[in-house]
Amino acid sequence: MAITSPEERIWWNERIERGELVWIAIAFCWGIIMFSMMVYWHIEGNQNFSNEAYRISPKVFEQRTEEFTKKFTVREDENTGYPVAKPPAGGDVYMLARLWEWWPILELEKGQTYRLHLSSLDWQHGFSLQPIGINLQVHPGIEHVVTLTPTQSGTFGVICNEFCGQGHHQMVGRIYVVEPGKSQ
Amino acid sequence: MSIATAETGIMGGIAAKFRTCPATGLKVDLAAQNLIKANAVAAVVFLLIGGIFGLLVALTRWPAVHLLPSDWFYLVLTAHGLDVLLLWIIFFEMAVLYFASSILLNCRLAAPKVAWAAFGLMLFGGLMTNVAVLQGDSSVMFTSYVPMKAAPHFYLGLILFAVGALLGTIVFFGTLVIAKEEQTYEGSVPLVTFGAIVAAIIAVFTLASGAIILVPTFLWSVGYISHIDSVMYKVIWWGMGHSSQQINMAAQVSIWYAIAAITVGAKPLSEKVSRTAFFLYILFLQLASAHHLLVEPGLSAEWRIFNTSYALYLAVLGSMIHGMTIPGAIEAAQRRNGYMNGVFEWLRKAPWGNPAFSGMFLSLTLFGFLGGISGVVLGTEQINLMLHNTIYVPGHFHATVVCGTTLAFMAMTYLVLPLIFQREVIWPKLAKIQPYLFGLGAAGISLFMMGAGTLGVSRRHWDITFSDASITFDYPATAFLMMGLNGIFAIVASVGGALYILITVGTVLFGKKVDGSNIVAALGPMPQKQVSSAIKEYGSAGTWNLPGTYILISVFFVSFVLYYFVNWKYLSEIWPLG
Repeated sequence: MAITSPEERIWWNERIERGELVWIAIAFCWGIIMFSMMVYWHIEGNQNFSNEAYRISPKVFEQRTEEFTKKFTVREDENTGYPVAKPPAGGDVYMLARLWEWWPILELEKGQTYRLHLSSLDWQHGFSLQPIGINLQVHPGIEHVVTLTPTQSGTFGVICNEFCGQGHHQMVGRIYVVEPGKSQ
Repeated sequence: MSIATAETGIMGGIAAKFRTCPATGLKVDLAAQNLIKANAVAAVVFLLIGGIFGLLVALTRWPAVHLLPSDWFYLVLTAHGLDVLLLWIIFFEMAVLYFASSILLNCRLAAPKVAWAAFGLMLFGGLMTNVAVLQGDSSVMFTSYVPMKAAPHFYLGLILFAVGALLGTIVFFGTLVIAKEEQTYEGSVPLVTFGAIVAAIIAVFTLASGAIILVPTFLWSVGYISHIDSVMYKVIWWGMGHSSQQINMAAQVSIWYAIAAITVGAKPLSEKVSRTAFFLYILFLQLASAHHLLVEPGLSAEWRIFNTSYALYLAVLGSMIHGMTIPGAIEAAQRRNGYMNGVFEWLRKAPWGNPAFSGMFLSLTLFGFLGGISGVVLGTEQINLMLHNTIYVPGHFHATVVCGTTLAFMAMTYLVLPLIFQREVIWPKLAKIQPYLFGLGAAGISLFMMGAGTLGVSRRHWDITFSDASITFDYPATAFLMMGLNGIFAIVASVGGALYILITVGTVLFGKKVDGSNIVAALGPMPQKQVSSAIKEYGSAGTWNLPGTYILISVFFVSFVLYYFVNWKYLSEIWPLG
């Protein structure tokens, strides 16, 4: 029994039954397949996590995001008063996280590829693009660059999904995606 | 050395007193017995406190109820994680370690005074951190990610708790040495003790990781260190946070084997295979820190893939082996007991009325199907992009830690009460339904949190309607339905949990004394042997035929493969990114 010492003293020489060996072989191969899937997706898949990241001081990132916003603001959002920045298709895009907002609102074109720069000015935040389902961790002091291609138009929420203190549940940002050549 | 010292021993172990267990004939060291009792009682008290906090969390996240204000919600959520994930589980594991060493090896416990010091430190540390949280300025969640800062005694309490647990682990190792020296057992240690050794080795790694990160974080909180890197914090913190779940894994698998042995007389199909599977845990489980770092900036894809898969899913291999050998051992034992008809008579006529057996089998099944599969999927590097920090994550770990570990520990309690507390379980009819009620509730909360998570609902979030946010967002109505169902099943789980606590406390205080005359009955219903010695050898090499187990693991494997690839399909449909 499992609560007493093995009946056969030299248990490491006992024969293993075929059924057990077959299951071990299946489970081992399944592990290799699952491992290979991750490698394969880096080669053939379109949804991978970006390795591009830089150390940056929060002040510098704030400055860059402000310059970006100033340059590309096309309007103030009607309901919220947030600036809406519409960068040229295929360009660099900035969004900063701070207690407790995502800033600014972005307007992107469907089918274009952007380099999205993310960082936090204070604590950790979670960039959760909904209802698409892209979730990225945002750290202070690290600028993360993600290449992103929106394939649907509409209004999308950026929910903070890393707990960041008492105003965490108020921290929502927005990304508009419009058809090429149009605006929201 | 004076005679007095030699008799009592500076650590208190030499002059051990024993009683003889009426069920097994084993010598029971009274010091070990008292320590098992103390740790088990502390565990149950923290389960009660943490469980109440958990119910409050679920009722707040039920949108139609939305019970607590936001500051209380975040406070209570921090306390819930601390009390059940850390205190309930580690206290119970200390009891398991003392049981698997001193009791199963028929040996005196090494240094009971040190073990009591360990208990005191753990209790003091656990209470200190609870006080810090309840004072309101440490609502930083159980993970306390820097640079968010808690009060210094939040970290200090955790450090003291970890030191205590480490001391207890050392007493466990010391007991193994004494048992070997004094030859209290023959041959190799029992499989359950082997599993406990695995748990203890992982515990040392875990507690060391905890010390490495919590000591500097404590110094940072009092101002001696100016900066803690936020990514480094997570890498090491999760070396504790995730690896401590692997202690649970090893402990609960040991308990599954132990309950199967005691209730139906199961013995391992192959000692070699089961022990190797445990050994894989030691080699690979620690890599799981990476599960929490799959979408952190600055870590390479190679690092993530290697670590998140435990090298080549070799720790998953260990669990898949146990997932077969435990039902297999039960099937073989039941067939030896005479339940030979058809494919599933052994399972139908298993002692489902014995809460130890039913709790164990539910724990095994729910852990495998809900916790195991969702964990591998969630830990796949790219799929994690869709699910990171959604409420899918608590859905997954409630399936592992509540359906798996907690239910296994509850099941074990029904054997610990007669064997160690020497009391007959009061209200056996309620005890009979308790594992089902708790299992149903826990499975419900796991499933519905996972469901809401796939719809994007955030974890650790007070208000998914965003009513006081300046920019709003609407989750689909199904997400609200799922969160409501989660609340309902949390109530079911709470009723099951409350029953467990009532039965346990009631039994300890008012249960009938157990002696040689009623010990076997006190262990609960057991299968009746149907026929004689003709099939005594069933389940050993050469006579192996376990059709029921093959069918069960085939169902499991097909579910696993389908669910895994369905998630890749979902992933392929989201916006391209890289």
